[in-house]
Amino acid sequence: MSKTDVTRRGMLKTGAVAGAGLAVPTIFTAQSAHAFTNEPTGGTVTLGFNVPQTGPYADEGADELRAYQLAVEHLNGGGDGGMMPTFSSKELQGNGILGKKVEYVTGDTQTKSDAARASAKSMIEKDGAIMITGGSSSGVAVAVQALCQEAGVIFMAGLTHSNDTTGKDKRANGFRHFFNSYMSGAALAPVLANAYGTDRKAYHLTADYNWGYTTEEAVKSSTEAMGWETVAAVKTPLTQTDFSSYIAPVLQSGADTLVLNHYGGNMVNSLTNAVQFGLRDKQVNGKDFQIIVPLYSRLMAKGAGANVKGIFGSTNWHWSLQDEGSKAFVRSFGTKYGFPPSQAAHTCYVQTLLYADAVQRAGSFAPCAVAEALEGFEFDGLGNGKTLYRADDHQCFKDVLVVKGKENPTSEFDLLEIVEVTPADQVTYAPDHPQFSGGALGTCNNGA
Amino acid sequence: MFKLEKTDLSLLVIVAVLTMFAPFILNPFPADSAMAQFNAGYPDLMQRFVIFGVFAIGFNILFGLTGYLSFGHAAFLGVGSYAAVWMFKLLSMNVVPAIILSVIVAGLFSLVIGFVSLRRSGIYFSILTLAFAQMMFALAYSVLTPITGGETGLQLALDDPRILGVSQTAGGNIPVPSIFGLEMRSSAELALGAWSFTFNVGYYFCALIMLVSFYVAIRIFRSPFGMMLRAVKSNQQRMNYTGLNSKPYTLAAFVISGMYAGLAGGLMASMDPLAGAERMQWTASGEVVLMTILGGVGTLIGPVLGAGFIKYFENIFSKINSTILHEWFAFLPDGLEDLLVNVLYPFIGKGWHLTLGILFMLVVIYLPGGLVEGGQRVNGWFRNRGAKKSTTKTTPAE
Repeated sequence: MSKTDVTRRGMLKTGAVAGAGLAVPTIFTAQSAHAFTNEPTGGTVTLGFNVPQTGPYADEGADELRAYQLAVEHLNGGGDGGMMPTFSSKELQGNGILGKKVEYVTGDTQTKSDAARASAKSMIEKDGAIMITGGSSSGVAVAVQALCQEAGVIFMAGLTHSNDTTGKDKRANGFRHFFNSYMSGAALAPVLANAYGTDRKAYHLTADYNWGYTTEEAVKSSTEAMGWETVAAVKTPLTQTDFSSYIAPVLQSGADTLVLNHYGGNMVNSLTNAVQFGLRDKQVNGKDFQIIVPLYSRLMAKGAGANVKGIFGSTNWHWSLQDEGSKAFVRSFGTKYGFPPSQAAHTCYVQTLLYADAVQRAGSFAPCAVAEALEGFEFDGLGNGKTLYRADDHQCFKDVLVVKGKENPTSEFDLLEIVEVTPADQVTYAPDHPQFSGGALGTCNNGA
Repeated sequence: MFKLEKTDLSLLVIVAVLTMFAPFILNPFPADSAMAQFNAGYPDLMQRFVIFGVFAIGFNILFGLTGYLSFGHAAFLGVGSYAAVWMFKLLSMNVVPAIILSVIVAGLFSLVIGFVSLRRSGIYFSILTLAFAQMMFALAYSVLTPITGGETGLQLALDDPRILGVSQTAGGNIPVPSIFGLEMRSSAELALGAWSFTFNVGYYFCALIMLVSFYVAIRIFRSPFGMMLRAVKSNQQRMNYTGLNSKPYTLAAFVISGMYAGLAGGLMASMDPLAGAERMQWTASGEVVLMTILGGVGTLIGPVLGAGFIKYFENIFSKINSTILHEWFAFLPDGLEDLLVNVLYPFIGKGWHLTLGILFMLVVIYLPGGLVEGGQRVNGWFRNRGAKKSTTKTTPAE
């Protein structure tokens, strides 16, 4: 095979290939020709909506996608404008963002970090998305946030409740509107003290992953601060569907309160098991046995059915809120889809508007300019009252809702009632709070 | 050349040409056209094609040659990724030490797991490997959170030591993986009229490694060692009766394919420095089995084709949403348009698993030899048009 024939034709071919090779550098455009990653040059701008369409949080993902579609419609001047008229910043004109028509691409995170990153990467590399948003789990949010930091695009987190997203895993290009575990604990504790007294013995069942850990820690420290005692904290595997074996030891422990640090299907199952075991009819230490679910969502309440009645929890937003922003959002979402939005839909809609508004105010799509416009931004009229996007950790500070499962629901959506709106001051913490320590924002990255 | 036979050499050359020109081949549609949806020539997906190609080639050395069906190979991929990310955290952002360590660590893990699992064969072996992999997934997901980062995955941080590199760049960001200064993510773009093609450093790095792995796999397939592995597949009992101890051979095959998986894991971490536990889940192990079967078990090129096929579906089909469908069929009357969209929608977008499942069933039923058999049949049909005699045959390893 080592025979070498030099023919005229072969020489010509080689010469042509070599020539083309030499010419290549002159026709290449290096990506650094742009000022920042995916700088929009035409008349449109592309946003990437990365939501779980399959897997355990597919319901939330579907609702998030509806909210995004609604937001894009409103940004482009369609529909009734939703929360744009009630938003305290009046920069958005309904003519897209900076005059560019908003387009979007969607992807499936599958609630897996790898799949979510693959999907986000394809949006950035193939579709030219300038901003990525979405997600319904903290693991995914943290993973995609780190990716966006590397690639040099803005990440507007969807539903993510773990402290880590704006704590130890915070990034300069990432922003979170949703509340977090610490806020849940801080908002719940006073309400629980009022309702159940200050000498309770709590037993925690915690989903065995990052969000579970931070929620357990937050609820534990806030309830212990008001006098409760934590009897035990047991980790349950995320894939567990039958919690009977975890519920049985609760009664023997002498605890009179059960805290379920579970989310989604986990919470539906563990709560159902606990109620079936008759925990709520029991008397321990001379007190009625109580169950608490730190993070509630309407979709979970729907899954657990009648079992949620009278059970306390916290939530980021609820469609029954009566401020102008919430009413406008519920109206336009309801008109388009025929049912009220979930809290996941709300936070995603708001994040899209906030991003668009920040670009408008900054006058540029460059991530660093947008980040600067968002940092320390105070706004109102988006359903949670006065809100601050804190510059130190890119976390929103706003009122937190403490809710209770409704005793007499009037419809399949009317499952939670608002017990108290905890003011933002009560849930604000120092940026270097121990539950958020270890991590740095770094500097914003424009990419390219 | 390369001590290969002519057919193998031409196969290697074909694969080399395909991978080197992949940016052109995978971007057949102009960037602004409606068909651009189906372009796959962007760096992340091209990297995935070749990385999963490496993974599937390695898996095929075990499954294709010895017939031992491992349901836990993703565990080695995950271990390799973790090893690589730890190297990025502790040593430097150079990918070479990271990849070397990931191969070594995966090799060690596969040695231990293989030693235990290979005491059994058939379904028991599959279950044992599955059990080990699930165990490792559970450990990585929660118990070993300090080492693996748990659910969030193992990530780089600004305060990592990186003793041979820098903790953070001058701009205050985490440095990106590179090979002696050449960044993995840097790309050059070539615009030819309406078409645009992206050439990515990371992709070509992975592609070269895949070519080397492919070459090594060919050599293994054609070696006396490979022959011994085929003997294990055809009749292990008879082999044992002749007084030959087959265990060292199967264990060697297991370790080699584990190292291939570790290499793929190291490459994945080098392209995208994050290691998540989901990579080790049984679904990920099942995926490589699907890739191998879809492409053609025991054939050289099959697993690579299968890997490309599945990754294409996962990344391209899953992104078609109902809005895009409506755009496609906008020329139809409204009622018909909605009907067509409603009929098609369950099969694409979020329903891509369904389509993949159907295709997999069709392949297994009608093309037991996988895509390779399909290709051979088409080829044979072209050659024998008019002639009655059919010379189609498959060349699985048996």
